[in-house]
Amino acid sequence: MKKCGRCAKPAVLHITEIRHGEVQALHLCESCAKEYLNESEAGGPPPDDDADLGTGEIGESSEAGDSDDSVVPACPQCGITFKEFRKQGRLGCPHDYTAFQDELLPLLENIHGETQHVGKVPKRAPKASQHQFRLIRLRNQLKAAVDEEMYEEAARLRDEIQGLEAEAGSGNSP
Amino acid sequence: MDLDALTHTSGEWLRATGPDSDIVMSSRIRLARNLADYPFPNRASDAVRADIEQLLRGEIAKSPAGKKLQYVQIDALETLDRQFLVERQLISRELSENHGQRGVGISPEENVSLMVNEEDHLRMQVLRSGFALEECWRDIDAIDDAIESSVTYAFSEQFGYLTACPTNVGTGIRVSVLLHLPGLVMTKEIQKVFQALQKIGLAVRGLYGEGSQAMGDFYQISNQATLGKGEEQIIKTIKDVIPNILAYERKVRTTLVQENRQNLHDQVSRALGNLKHARQISSEETMHLLSSVRMGINLGLIHDLEIPTLNELFIHTQPAHLQKLRHERMETAERNAARADYIRQRLTVPPSTN
Repeated sequence: MKKCGRCAKPAVLHITEIRHGEVQALHLCESCAKEYLNESEAGGPPPDDDADLGTGEIGESSEAGDSDDSVVPACPQCGITFKEFRKQGRLGCPHDYTAFQDELLPLLENIHGETQHVGKVPKRAPKASQHQFRLIRLRNQLKAAVDEEMYEEAARLRDEIQGLEAEAGSGNSP
Repeated sequence: MDLDALTHTSGEWLRATGPDSDIVMSSRIRLARNLADYPFPNRASDAVRADIEQLLRGEIAKSPAGKKLQYVQIDALETLDRQFLVERQLISRELSENHGQRGVGISPEENVSLMVNEEDHLRMQVLRSGFALEECWRDIDAIDDAIESSVTYAFSEQFGYLTACPTNVGTGIRVSVLLHLPGLVMTKEIQKVFQALQKIGLAVRGLYGEGSQAMGDFYQISNQATLGKGEEQIIKTIKDVIPNILAYERKVRTTLVQENRQNLHDQVSRALGNLKHARQISSEETMHLLSSVRMGINLGLIHDLEIPTLNELFIHTQPAHLQKLRHERMETAERNAARADYIRQRLTVPPSTN
């Protein structure tokens, strides 16, 4: 049995990578495989949630929000605070889903058992957005495959993700 | 829309023309949608609400389905008229009780209702007689597409259609089926059904949705989760489970007839007798008796009445309907007398053919 290329444990995942025209064989143990697949997942472009909606403000303040739940800043669009939302049970505007994403995730998980939309998509959604949607979906599938130790499926998904990312990279330049 | 004219008619969905309409009163699908660039109604100023209403009202009018719809400005209506539309299931309590500019587009058959400035900017629903979820979905999906072709909905790749309440986010879909289950109530088997439904993530509510009591043995079964499952999958979950409940209700009814035909026959006949001869009757008692009679008709124990007449009575005997019919405001005692009059008249005159 081959040993993991990164540590000494037995390898369970065998990957043939083609990067920049070079063929490279990789043998990884379970934990390194998880790490590896997460790396390649994280390597993609960050989801550009409403990049045009005053990201600066949110970016600055979300760090503070992570550390303490009670000081989650108000939504820059509608001014509602997370506390107000908890009190009345209704959000103030669509942007709250971005502004309070970290706080909403556990709540959504609790209500729906899921946190990723898989239903209908507006037909008018811009191409890039639909592309992004597919990527997110694939990344989630990848995560699930890794969690369930379905490494062949995971490798296939990872290739598909990389293909899509490459496509987006070349197609996005105007 | 002439609301007074509606007092003499009923929605198409009440006519018991759809599949399994002996037990399934109606099927309904609603979608929640919001415009991308506006706060949700509860956070919008009156001026912004007015903008949203104007915009969506215009879009609804332009859409193919919208051309047939009559638009009713809810904030211009009196309380009684708003209550009347709630009783007919054309608007929600939320829309009725909300404030600011808001409205609803209603189809002449009363099977499409598009509410503007409810909890979300747009709440669209399609109703059908009987067990007909696929037809509901086909219709509502097309209406949604048509409106979406000219407005930008609030949508995120991760969370789907964004809604004021996180319980609706994702697909924004609520699929529900209204069932008449007197047999399961009578035999106290209904609790088992509820428990089984809850286990598969379905909610059970009364006739008028959230928080309403189960009146007249009517129960609404609907999905709870809206995120992480596709519309078709959500519909399928309900579509697959309903036939089991229908079979259960039918089995219980058959057993009731076999084991105790005379008792049952006596009970439904007395119910009809009370309805035909009472001089004052509460809404609650009416619902209870109508439920018995409705089952009696389905079991062939009562012959000279039709299900659509019964379905209509469930709606037309409610407070706002009676007051609209009489063109006057009435206190509870007066209403109870008016209700008894109306029922007597409807049950002794041959059923209308509308």
